[in-house]
Amino acid sequence: MERSTGMNRRKFNTALATTGALAALSPFGIVRAQGAKLKVGLLLPRSGVQAGIGQDCHRVVEVTNGLLRDLGLPALDIMNGDTESNVDVARARAERLIGEGAQLLVGAFDSGQTTAIAQVAEQRGIPLVINIAAAPPITEQGYKFVFRNFPTAPMILGDAFANQLEVFAATGVSPKSVVFMHVNDTFGVAMQGGFTGVMKKFTMPYTVLETIAYDPAARDLSVEVAKAKAAGAEALVMVSRLNDAILITRELVKQRWTPQAVLSMGPGWYEDQYLKTLGKLADGPISFVPWYDPNKKLTQQLLAAHRKAYPDISLNTNHVYTFEALLVAADAYKRAGSTDPKALADAIRATHITNNVSPGPGIQFNAKGQNDKLKDSAIQNRGGKLVTVAPKDAADAKPQLPMAPYDKR
Amino acid sequence: MPVEIYLNVAASGLLTGLVYGLMALGLSVIFGVVRVVNFAHGEMMSLAMYLTLTLFSALKLDPLVLLVPIAAALFVFGYLLQRGLINPFINRPEHSQFMLLVAVALILVNLELIVFGPDAQGIRTTYSFDSFQVGPLIVDASKVYAAGAALVVAGALFAFFRYTLLGKAIRACADNYDGARVVGLDVKHLYALTFGIGSACVGAAGAMLMAVIDVTPTIGPAYTLLAFVIVITGGLGSMPGALLGGLLIGLTEALGGVLFTPSAKSMFAFGLLVLVLLFRPQGILGRKAGA
Repeated sequence: MERSTGMNRRKFNTALATTGALAALSPFGIVRAQGAKLKVGLLLPRSGVQAGIGQDCHRVVEVTNGLLRDLGLPALDIMNGDTESNVDVARARAERLIGEGAQLLVGAFDSGQTTAIAQVAEQRGIPLVINIAAAPPITEQGYKFVFRNFPTAPMILGDAFANQLEVFAATGVSPKSVVFMHVNDTFGVAMQGGFTGVMKKFTMPYTVLETIAYDPAARDLSVEVAKAKAAGAEALVMVSRLNDAILITRELVKQRWTPQAVLSMGPGWYEDQYLKTLGKLADGPISFVPWYDPNKKLTQQLLAAHRKAYPDISLNTNHVYTFEALLVAADAYKRAGSTDPKALADAIRATHITNNVSPGPGIQFNAKGQNDKLKDSAIQNRGGKLVTVAPKDAADAKPQLPMAPYDKR
Repeated sequence: MPVEIYLNVAASGLLTGLVYGLMALGLSVIFGVVRVVNFAHGEMMSLAMYLTLTLFSALKLDPLVLLVPIAAALFVFGYLLQRGLINPFINRPEHSQFMLLVAVALILVNLELIVFGPDAQGIRTTYSFDSFQVGPLIVDASKVYAAGAALVVAGALFAFFRYTLLGKAIRACADNYDGARVVGLDVKHLYALTFGIGSACVGAAGAMLMAVIDVTPTIGPAYTLLAFVIVITGGLGSMPGALLGGLLIGLTEALGGVLFTPSAKSMFAFGLLVLVLLFRPQGILGRKAGA
């Protein structure tokens, strides 16, 4: 039997030539890497209890690459992951997206799901840019790969109280008592925890008569509203989601109670489905939420692109902050010049974007990975549309209180 | 807290409980006769709710009117399901029946997700936002109509089983399977009819609930569980027990929510279930095994 040596002169020369060619072309390798799209795993609750909001967040993907191109930024390759509104599924989907080649993660609307994804991102060393999630602990863990361009619950609350005072001063209507109702999930509990503490820092005109927590998957909130009404408060302070906001409004009408004001510190009350489902009954509530600055140039570009893609859907928090998370990813990828996770994380840490959409000086992250310069707005439902009523320098209308009685509309 | 709040909440809980009771009645009828536990019960109710939603959107008919065709459609669905799919499993081990019906439930949920999407959807009738005021009581009009319809349907069902020949034949099958066969009853057909009647109950309950709550494809499992809690509390296989169980669960949830915390109101329903299982395992109106 003839024994093969495995290498002869011809093979050696071929290998040498190949090595030489690769060495000569190596600088182009960098160019090729920059030309490739960054693979972004976008994790959202696109089914389950939060499906409506997850789908809403996802809408902005349609317009993002076009806008990034206009800004001179690289397009992104979006890999979708449905968290099914479930913490365990969120964790598993994050693992799977990373396994399938995701180089950066974005998500995931809900604080509980985002917390699970953040753990995976940190363990696997893949950057996570949070689009929406307000629970403070996420950026208090000393994580190196987790970044949040969304206000924490205390930031939302602080701005909400400041904007409420501005609204009360502008309208001359100051409720003396409120009932605080909140959804009993991670976000709602975090907001409830911060509510009392942050409120003490402001001289609010009202006292909280009762705090009512309710199930996020509740189909009937008649008991909750009856209890709130019985407390005899002048106004409602809400931390809710979409479905429960609709349910609560229906119950307010049925139980013949129009509070002086509905002051929302979360999603639901300003969303398109809320406005469409309830028609004129949707008018009046004021939401104190992370929003967009209508005076910024990129806001106008995003509004135009969004209107073209979705003529019947208003731009909202879900779109704005999902877009900005993707903007951060593209900006960091351009500056890093690489898909290496550590290089991407370093680039995100050095982010300084002033041409953005959200209110405030722009996007930058502190040592904990939190954008602590963000500002919130107060928006009011008026005639089936949304107007910004505070802060004054980012407003396009004056607030109106008290709310018109439901039976007189 | 003023006493009116308790009265209002109790009234609301009782009205909702009547509709729950009708839904659970279907489960109880099916188990009482066919001896199959329908683990797709809540999913069949969500199917009825989506049918109501579709017909309401297309024809603009009130859910109380749609109740009749929806119940008929669910009757046909239930009949065919039992005759074609469940009947071969009647004498098989209970875990086979369980897996079969869980599979049916999963198929229904996923079909609804494909066809209707994941968002909550509701209907708006002319009385969606109406309420009746009687002294200090303010009662939701939709719940009053739904509960009234539930009472009518339940009454018709009791009359059917008590006074019609067909109803008596079905009861004969439930009481003595072999005896029913000996006297020449077509047991397979009667089983399928019973499953159809139970499904019609859940169809009627679904149509009425559509006036009260929104529907999502994932609503089913919670209502399957609720139906079980109700029939076990009232007595599995007992028709009056199902209605009584519905009323008790509705009332317990409502008052528990007011007296303690609303987010834990389901806890009180399960607490009642535990008490019943401890002190009267056959359910409040159930018969003891072998009795």
